[in-house]
Amino acid sequence: MGRTLLHKVWDAHTVRTLPGGQTQLFVGLHLVHEVTSPQAFQMLRERGLEVRFPQRTFATVDHIVPTDRLQRPYQDVLAERMLQAIEQNAGDFALPLFNTDDERQGIVHIIGPELGLTQPGMTVACGDSHTATHGAFGAVAFGIGTSQVRDVLATQCLAMAPLKVRRIQVDGTLPPGVYAKDVILHIINRLGVNGGVGFAYEYAGTTVDAMSMEERMTVCNMSIEGGARAGYVNPDTTTFDYLRGRPYAPADEAFTRAVDWWQCMASDADAAYDDQVMVDAAAIEPTVTWGITPGQSAGVGATIPDPERMPAEARSSAREALDYMGFRPGQRLAGTSIDVAFIGSCTNGRLSDLREAAGIACKGKVAPHVTAIVVPGSRQVRAAAEAEGLDKIFTEAGFQWRHAGCSMCLAMNPDKLQGRQVCASSSNRNFKGRQGSATGRTLLMSPAMVAAAALEGAVVDVRAVLG
Amino acid sequence: MNDSHVTNIHGRALPLRGADIDTDRIIPARFLRTVTFDELGGHAFEDDRAGGGHPFDDPRYQGASILITNANFGCGSSREHAPQALMRSGIRAFIGESYAEIFFGNCVANGLPCVVLPPSDVARLQDMVEADPALIVSLNLTQLTVTCGSLTLPIGIPEGAREQLVTGRWDSLGQLLEAGAQIEAAAARLPYIDGAFG
Repeated sequence: MGRTLLHKVWDAHTVRTLPGGQTQLFVGLHLVHEVTSPQAFQMLRERGLEVRFPQRTFATVDHIVPTDRLQRPYQDVLAERMLQAIEQNAGDFALPLFNTDDERQGIVHIIGPELGLTQPGMTVACGDSHTATHGAFGAVAFGIGTSQVRDVLATQCLAMAPLKVRRIQVDGTLPPGVYAKDVILHIINRLGVNGGVGFAYEYAGTTVDAMSMEERMTVCNMSIEGGARAGYVNPDTTTFDYLRGRPYAPADEAFTRAVDWWQCMASDADAAYDDQVMVDAAAIEPTVTWGITPGQSAGVGATIPDPERMPAEARSSAREALDYMGFRPGQRLAGTSIDVAFIGSCTNGRLSDLREAAGIACKGKVAPHVTAIVVPGSRQVRAAAEAEGLDKIFTEAGFQWRHAGCSMCLAMNPDKLQGRQVCASSSNRNFKGRQGSATGRTLLMSPAMVAAAALEGAVVDVRAVLG
Repeated sequence: MNDSHVTNIHGRALPLRGADIDTDRIIPARFLRTVTFDELGGHAFEDDRAGGGHPFDDPRYQGASILITNANFGCGSSREHAPQALMRSGIRAFIGESYAEIFFGNCVANGLPCVVLPPSDVARLQDMVEADPALIVSLNLTQLTVTCGSLTLPIGIPEGAREQLVTGRWDSLGQLLEAGAQIEAAAARLPYIDGAFG
């Protein structure tokens, strides 16, 4: 019986088995950002410890940075203090920092791949739940808490309990207007927001095989929204072609040797899985969330469900969701008025996402009552988009063109909803208050759907706009 | 250190109903604009509490140290600020239907046990405590039981986490450091570390 990528990577990185049965796992790449690291560095100082593998540790700033201006010091003194803390910590511990004046700065899950830091067969850790994004490369990537950030800084290791593997096989061709975002929203809707607890998700099938690396990153990114701590795609020629020539990827003959090893780390054809799920790509529609968890979603043509007709375990959450959102059972999702449109985040802030959205934005103007912002995921994404003229398309249509950062995905910077505003968002979480207003409302959807909603002023089926 | 052993927790409890309570609700992102955990305690569930009627503001539950929750508690963001905010509000343990994995790990890393009961037993405990908030709830991680009034129920917790808590070795760093040079040896076996990829 063959083995999965997860098990191969796990074994290759095992330092030892700990007394409680957990594995001491070596971390090949540790990514650090300003929000979840300052306390960890302080704990190192208190214990007199150094960073064990500074050459495997890379820092950037993303969560707190304003996207409308780059000038320091920031008006928000708390944000400025956090930037100063990571600058101090990177300096004291001799770590590379891709700071706001560095062309390599951006959302941690966007720059790791684009710099070629993220590679197949690696273990990756970051104090951020969306670290599963890096699994798109056939890496095993964990979101961790601050105590674990401390552990990785000091030992380059994590104490981890073994994971099961669920293979999610998506087959078929995605219909026009249906994107990677819809695939993962569909999967979360079907398996539930805690269906993945205890599992790593292996995404496979002809649909995933045909996806670009950027699409695979969108899918893996939201593994945590399905409860899975890690998600991955087996590496293939799409992966290798993406990595070739990237700054931190192996070069020349070393690249060829790397490809040999990367291929060995992929799941065997006869690998045993703890669970398997089949998904029909042709049945997936442009998907929109109507509630307060990423699993509360439906096709854009659907109506909002009646909680009383839902399974017992989903009922109270659905009632709470409709109460918070101000929606009624039977109300059509399409036509829901929006106030804000947000395109960006580690889920959908890459060049292909901006291209899809610009392809819609060029067809009209942002509705007068809508504030629409486009936040590239990294400075490199921003520069590449500008080189193609995407910024002009967006600004001419009435979108604001911003600098790179996490922005309104979690609203730690000045980009926030106000009051009960409704936001069509390409981000990953529609939790209560997530976008910076305690009563703000989020509708998750693909970047193209967000752009279409911005023009229409309301949720609309992007397939109608595409014609 | 004896005081690091987490075996028995006794105290009044606070029922917090609802599935999928995420870490953004436990501690909204704006309070993460800090370089310490020191000031978080006062902000736990701040936005949920603004609506009024939140159990955290119910005088009957003041001083409670055990939170009784439902399914998938602590889902979402990996922010350790969430268990830190709850710990700094006086919470010492969680009884619930299920937890998100990162939250669970963050709790163990701070010596906070998260134990599970079937949904019907969680509902029973929540009802009992709502009816009589003065009831003392006792968690025993050696016997794997929870006792509330005359009721004693078996609890679940993964053995690795239980072992860490009861032996006082929930601070994982000490254990990881013990591997010493085995860490460098493991790194040297990896082709992307040892220079084989150039």
